[in-house]
Amino acid sequence: MIEVVSESRCVSCNQCVSVCPTNVFDRGEDGIPVIARQDDCQTCFMCELYCPVDALYVAPDSEQVIGISEQEAEQQGLLGGYREKVGWGKGRKPVASHDYMYRLSLFARF
Amino acid sequence: MSDSAERQLTADVLVIGGGPAGAWAAWSAATNGAKVVLVDKGYLGSSGATAPGGTNLLYLPPDKEMREQAVASRMKQGGYLAEPAWIHRVLDQVYTNLELIEKWGYPFVRDENGTPMRDHLHGPEYMAIMRKVVKRAGVKVLDQSPALELLVDEFGVGGARGVSRQDDLTWEVRANAVVIATGGCAFLSNGLGCNVLTGDGYLMAGEVGVELSGMEFTRKYAPSPAFGSNTRSRLLGWATYYDSDGNEIVGGRQGDFLAEALLKGPVYAIMNKADTPEKQAFLRKSHAIFFLPYDRAGIDVFTEPFPLTLRYEGTVRGTGGIRIVDDDCSTTVGGLFAAGDAATRERITGSASGGGAFNASWAICSGTWAGKGAAAHALSHRQSAATRDLKPAGRYGLGGVASSFENVVPSQELIKEIQDQVLPLTINYFRTEQGLKQALHRLDNVWNRVNSQTPQNVREQVRARETAAMAATARWMYTAALSRKETRSGGLHGLAEYPGQDEEQQHRLLVSGLEEVSVRTEQVPVSGVAVTAVAATSEEVQAG
Repeated sequence: MIEVVSESRCVSCNQCVSVCPTNVFDRGEDGIPVIARQDDCQTCFMCELYCPVDALYVAPDSEQVIGISEQEAEQQGLLGGYREKVGWGKGRKPVASHDYMYRLSLFARF
Repeated sequence: MSDSAERQLTADVLVIGGGPAGAWAAWSAATNGAKVVLVDKGYLGSSGATAPGGTNLLYLPPDKEMREQAVASRMKQGGYLAEPAWIHRVLDQVYTNLELIEKWGYPFVRDENGTPMRDHLHGPEYMAIMRKVVKRAGVKVLDQSPALELLVDEFGVGGARGVSRQDDLTWEVRANAVVIATGGCAFLSNGLGCNVLTGDGYLMAGEVGVELSGMEFTRKYAPSPAFGSNTRSRLLGWATYYDSDGNEIVGGRQGDFLAEALLKGPVYAIMNKADTPEKQAFLRKSHAIFFLPYDRAGIDVFTEPFPLTLRYEGTVRGTGGIRIVDDDCSTTVGGLFAAGDAATRERITGSASGGGAFNASWAICSGTWAGKGAAAHALSHRQSAATRDLKPAGRYGLGGVASSFENVVPSQELIKEIQDQVLPLTINYFRTEQGLKQALHRLDNVWNRVNSQTPQNVREQVRARETAAMAATARWMYTAALSRKETRSGGLHGLAEYPGQDEEQQHRLLVSGLEEVSVRTEQVPVSGVAVTAVAATSEEVQAG
């Protein structure tokens, strides 16, 4: 589930509010989105992908809240990890343009 | 809902749903000259089962022999309930559309001969492109705007009503044609991207008298981490399975073994068939979403056991949905079309799952056809939908009719009761007549209370309607399942009491009705021959 909105990184673009398929966020009065309906989070990681400044962290647990803090997520290098792997963001090559999937189907078993 | 909506729009075509099928339908309708509005519960680009993952496609080059072979193999696998002409149509159409996707900027990799490898799409990339294309085609997109009910008059459907959940206002879109592309129903089982798929379109269609087909073919679960949501399991082909004592459980990714093992106790997997650093590095790169939950949970999947579960996928990887009666994916009600997982996929998959390749190609093709058909239908109307005498068709889960405060039922309570009958492997995977009868009885009981929900705000309003949709879907599923007294090829339906495939039941099952659910059979149309129904036990619905 979504656990962290990093106030220090957030640029108040509210992309996460717009793109969340289950409408988990509310716009915050101070511009920082608020996790308003955490129970509705479906752990699809889309908000993280669309966040332009890697300010979000979605924990892998879809069944319960684990309560990780912004500081812990930052220290463990968890912010932005998925976007990097998918190759979204400036100067990156999207995973779609790699031949991994093609090769995977060639080597159904190594 | 109140009589007049706060936001009112008029268009030629309204598309409900912003996954791949809805996106293609909207693009297709707009390209064919229609003024189009697309509404999505979430966001066109991130909503639905496709966006957060990746998807393989049913895609073959125009090689006659190769295609004939694929069609013959699918016919057998799908228990001969599919239609060769429809599989060929999809193969033709998807080839054209994938060329378009490439033209629109999708970076397909080319092989050593320069041939583009168009049999896989990365979900986020694909849907980001579709959003751009749809908007560029002039479609008005309303995100975060769940539809709650259709509008109808004696000529058929003429739009829908819903709520804009971030602005807290109601909307009404009038349109002479409506495409339902709301996806399937996965009963909030927390599969990747699937919690928006609650059968909303099935209920809307059911309320205007449209039948559903193939709802018995819904016995589909996907492996996922026990703690997480990732139901994309392709890489489990490199896994070995263990019980809690560390004894190996033998079996593949398909089949009954995982379900049987989970009945006995926890199941763990280790991806130890990828046994060199090179293989491991390659798998990691190829499938970022698969590794994400494990990495974040601190589990090295190549050496450490991780707990697995099976998450129910309902009609998302099952094949049932709204019955479509013509090449343009129209339904039996005037102006109403269905596409993607909202529609039955039996015409191309029969009784086998379309999960993976077939459904993705189906979404592209059925969306394209439905959009074009809807545009043609709407543009042939002389009268604007704005002047039609339309009435809201929603009857269930819309709140406001609980007879007294004591009778109020929280949606969450009903959802749990529905899930208790639908999610357990013991009821829905290992199907028995007795088990399904009992479950259906309990679901009838839930159904009797869907109108005792009293939503107090927009969020609760959407939830209450979803609850009614899930209850209706579950009843249709089990009613159809009890009527198919056999175990048909494809693994999507079987009853313990009837283990074999019965030639006499090589037909489709159509369910309809909400208070009382009825079933009738339909012969599989022979290519080129119009759809006919036999043994009608319910009234013929209004024809378009």
